[in-house]
Amino acid sequence: MSITLKNVSYRYSTGTAEEIEALKNITLTIEDGQFIGLAGHTGSGKSTLIQHLNGLLRPTEGQVLHNGQDIFEKGFDLRTYRTKVGLVFQYPEYQLFETTVLEDACFGPLNQGKTKEEAREMAKRALRSVSVPEELFERSPFELSGGQQRRVAIAGVLAMEPEVLVLDEPTAGLDPCGRTEILDLVKSLQEERKITVVLVSHSMEDIADYVQRLVVMKEGEVFLDDEPKKVFSHFEELEEIGLSAPQVTYLMQDLSAQGFGVPTDCITVEEAKEAILKAVGKC
Amino acid sequence: MLKDITLGQFYPAESKIHALDPRVKLVGTLLYVVSLFLFHNLAGFLLATAFLFFLIHMSKVPVSYILRGLKAIFILMVITAIFNVLFTPGTTIVHVWKIRITWEGVRAAVFMFIRLTYLVMGTSLMTLTTTPTRLTDGMESLMAPLEKIHAPVHEVAMMMSIALRFIPLLVDETDKIMKAQMARGADFESGNFWRRAKSMVPILVPLFVSAFRRAGDLALAMEARCYQGGEGRTKMKPLVYGRNDGKAYAVLWIYFAAMILVRIFLNLPHVPLLGH
Repeated sequence: MSITLKNVSYRYSTGTAEEIEALKNITLTIEDGQFIGLAGHTGSGKSTLIQHLNGLLRPTEGQVLHNGQDIFEKGFDLRTYRTKVGLVFQYPEYQLFETTVLEDACFGPLNQGKTKEEAREMAKRALRSVSVPEELFERSPFELSGGQQRRVAIAGVLAMEPEVLVLDEPTAGLDPCGRTEILDLVKSLQEERKITVVLVSHSMEDIADYVQRLVVMKEGEVFLDDEPKKVFSHFEELEEIGLSAPQVTYLMQDLSAQGFGVPTDCITVEEAKEAILKAVGKC
Repeated sequence: MLKDITLGQFYPAESKIHALDPRVKLVGTLLYVVSLFLFHNLAGFLLATAFLFFLIHMSKVPVSYILRGLKAIFILMVITAIFNVLFTPGTTIVHVWKIRITWEGVRAAVFMFIRLTYLVMGTSLMTLTTTPTRLTDGMESLMAPLEKIHAPVHEVAMMMSIALRFIPLLVDETDKIMKAQMARGADFESGNFWRRAKSMVPILVPLFVSAFRRAGDLALAMEARCYQGGEGRTKMKPLVYGRNDGKAYAVLWIYFAAMILVRIFLNLPHVPLLGH
């Protein structure tokens, strides 16, 4: 299932002096099965953009199309659609409310109209897939650690078995170890379930090795939209808008400038290591 | 969605009224409200009207903003007026079955209506021209003498300013939580009353949790900055009276004295307000 934004503009507080144009004429297609990164400086419109993907915000101008159909057309079942496009907000653990972990994860499926039994099955599957240990299922979500709470909250969205998963800064406030865990988890979900993933982050370094396509936003517009390697080759422009390429990119640029024959499009440490070894071996 | 709610209705503008010390405005509002209950005749009414519109003009706040406050109490005002019309004894004008409308009743109703309108307009003018923080500062300073009888003035003022500070935060938070639950397929709009009330649980529980978390964080942050209550505490921006504040006090007391004089010396019994 593909989602297309067609000439979407969005303005906050329209008709007042504080009118802000958060999105400016954005056209973007999210293809089936892609793993997309959405990066941009604070206030560049990332969060506003993703709220259009599942129809929580209605564009001031333009259309949001789901398989070619306008989702704001009369008669379109927006509620069912929202359960197909799972949106995990920033700090999702703040939305937990049920008495037990399992019941909280059931909330989505129950809203989809599943029976209690089905909902519990779906919730259990989701909780297992984010490696929440079975013995926590009957505990109160408020007793868990922050990292566990976040997993439970993500499971709450996954339980609806969405076809598209959108995550807004899922690693915010986690330690480096927790960050990698969450990102690895999202990657494996994307590969196993063949779902489309949109990952929002202000740190491109974090998501560089995970995504296939990187969309960079600047002041409400799409600034770059390409493979990570190609995006990072514009590292000077990225710096101007307050973003930076992975550190290895800079290293490789410097080495290349010093006359070492290394490629400059490495984005992970692993790749860089291989490339340097190869270059040194040749010397 | 929820962003449209305006709370703490400060209207930013640069005017002499905005710049006044909050204590002047608090005392002024109090005096004005008292003065509204002093007049019994047209002269007093005209004076109160002139004074109010003079202040509104000085404050540069659009009249439409000030009238907005009336919406909330309009029904109350209408009911008050009806009671006044129906149950005041005096010279009868209309008499239908058991309903008797008297000249005194109509008069009392009109005056009550005007008084309530001006009361709301006057107090709105204060809240529109003073930020909530300055307002609590002013109250704390005016109530300071009560500390002598061990009234927790500072604590109450601190609670008020914290509560005011939390309102926009909680509105934002509610908006976020609602969206998050809607993304999980929650439905707040359909169903009967009971179902709708139940659908509020996924919003209220996280909202309370978050309010308590924020309160805890704030308490910790205050302690980390050695906050220990009002005693010996100084202010970053202490309230100091300026020249304009003195002038404002003078104007206020002159107005108040004039209202009293009008009441005493111009107390004409029947004012042809309704062409009687």
